Amino acid sequence: MAQEDISVQGPHLGGVEAVRQLFSRLPVHVAVIGIVIVWSIPTIALLVSSFRDPGAVITSGWWNALRDPLDLTLENYNTVLSQRGMARSFANSLIISIPATLLVILIAAFAAYAFAWMEFPARNALFLITVALLVVPLQMTLIPVLRLYTNLTVETELPVLGGRMFGTSSYPGIWLAHAAYGLPFAVYLLRNFFGSLPRDLFESAYLDGASDRLVFFRIVLPLSMPAIAALTIFQFLWVWNDLLIALILLGDPDLAPMTLTITNLVSSFGTAYQLLTAAAFISMALPLVVFFALQRYFVQGILAGAVKG
Amino acid sequence: MIGRKWWTPWLWLSPSLVLLGVFLVYPTIDTFRRSFLDERSEKFVGFDNYRFIIDNPQALISDTHAALLNNLLWLTLFTAVTVVLGLGIAVLASRVRYEAVAKSAVFVPMAISFVAASVIWRFMYEFNTDVGTVNAALTSLGGEPTRWLQDTGAPQTWLTERGPDTMPSPLQLNNFALIFVGVWMWTGFAVVVLSAGLKGISTDLLDAARADGATEWQTFRRVILPILSPTVVVVATTLVIQALKKFDLVWVMTAGRFKTDVVATLFFKEAFVFRDFGVGAALAVVLLVWVVPIMLISIRRFQFQEEIR
Repeated sequence: MAQEDISVQGPHLGGVEAVRQLFSRLPVHVAVIGIVIVWSIPTIALLVSSFRDPGAVITSGWWNALRDPLDLTLENYNTVLSQRGMARSFANSLIISIPATLLVILIAAFAAYAFAWMEFPARNALFLITVALLVVPLQMTLIPVLRLYTNLTVETELPVLGGRMFGTSSYPGIWLAHAAYGLPFAVYLLRNFFGSLPRDLFESAYLDGASDRLVFFRIVLPLSMPAIAALTIFQFLWVWNDLLIALILLGDPDLAPMTLTITNLVSSFGTAYQLLTAAAFISMALPLVVFFALQRYFVQGILAGAVKG
Repeated sequence: MIGRKWWTPWLWLSPSLVLLGVFLVYPTIDTFRRSFLDERSEKFVGFDNYRFIIDNPQALISDTHAALLNNLLWLTLFTAVTVVLGLGIAVLASRVRYEAVAKSAVFVPMAISFVAASVIWRFMYEFNTDVGTVNAALTSLGGEPTRWLQDTGAPQTWLTERGPDTMPSPLQLNNFALIFVGVWMWTGFAVVVLSAGLKGISTDLLDAARADGATEWQTFRRVILPILSPTVVVVATTLVIQALKKFDLVWVMTAGRFKTDVVATLFFKEAFVFRDFGVGAALAVVLLVWVVPIMLISIRRFQFQEEIR
């Protein structure tokens, strides 16, 4: 787990040797810094543009703003955030993303535990079908699901659920849809991770008379925190950034998430670039916070058994 | 193992099986059925829809051949470039002190929604050199501005000298421009996963190789790469599935115009714009068929893990 430079030979380098090393490693620095710059330019361009004057954005490049930084303004953010329904759609995105993420992790973990540590007929076949479903294009499933939802729409008085218990334009409807679409990847990832936990652990627990429920909640879940954190980031990113499912299954503008509201902003303002940039930045801020908060787990978690075989 | 009731595994699996069944399995079977029916799913037409894909009678509005070829380009180029870049960046970044910063910079695009990414890249590829970053950089080096997303010709061979105006599908400039955006978004994923794998390699092993006189390249080729190969397979599989299902990016950037359609966007057009469910369903089935080899690899990895634990 050496964090430091692996090619450093020892602490007692002579001056000449140090200079020689710096030069021999120059290409590495140039390559890494070069890539970092190229990869960051689009995001920086977006960030700078979002603080510029509406007129300036369409007539001159974002790099001109760097010459006189005093010209920057918060006006765009003001306009976007005061846009009707923007605060509501931010809340909607949260109401949609958080339960959908928790739901998929819990349900997938149940299935992954059964696939990894229980014996039953057709186990391998069922697991393979689950993995194969990873590649089903979402668009393909939307017509049958929409037809089903239209028939099963249930009205309710509960205001928290947005007026509907199930079906189109209901929170539970879109939670279940996101959970289902996230399941194949989640089951695949978690089953790989659960399967790589040492067998002895389970056998001694079972011998001591532990039930499946106990083993699952006391051993499997705590040991799998890295994989679960990784999954949390992925699932949250996907649900938060989803446009297609929201577009088809949420007809009610009161329930629309950020992605949908921003897309509507795009079409109603046409080429109002300065608003688009501010809106885009607002929508990506939260996923970035989640990513940086969970980053260290994520690095270990995604490997999920890949390293061990 | 412990004595479980025969239905215990099914209890653990049931939430997953119900959701997968309703949202993915049933729609897939339904799509398969519709691929043999006419555009309104009323009359049996045999293999007519598949013949439509092969004969390509409406090449002007829905070019099935171009879509298949473009998908093939995405599948190979997107996957290969992202894996190679990811591996390169992971290895190079591990040799500098600012590794964490470099990796974060490359990962940020992963957290950006397709809506936000399309805003950024419309800016980057803008034809007007006062606004478009890429063309501004190109002209300041003495080149000519290019319509990156519309141009179906060849890239400029070197700055001022232009290539041919049309290229054999799918090797056209705008496809490469779109694939680059995909690479920009997904390289961070490859870097983070691969560098986690890299951290798992013991430094003693690398030191031993170097002490035996291996060059840096030989160490990479003969020691690092073989150990890292299972991780590379995980990354490549995820990317291939991404490339196959590629929809959002193409849809928000060009909507498939200028010959940039891929199978998923053409499917969306056939099913939702031209209202021909038959051809749409057949295209979706074609997409599923491409997945069989990937499934076979998954089966082998799964069985391998089962044997060694």
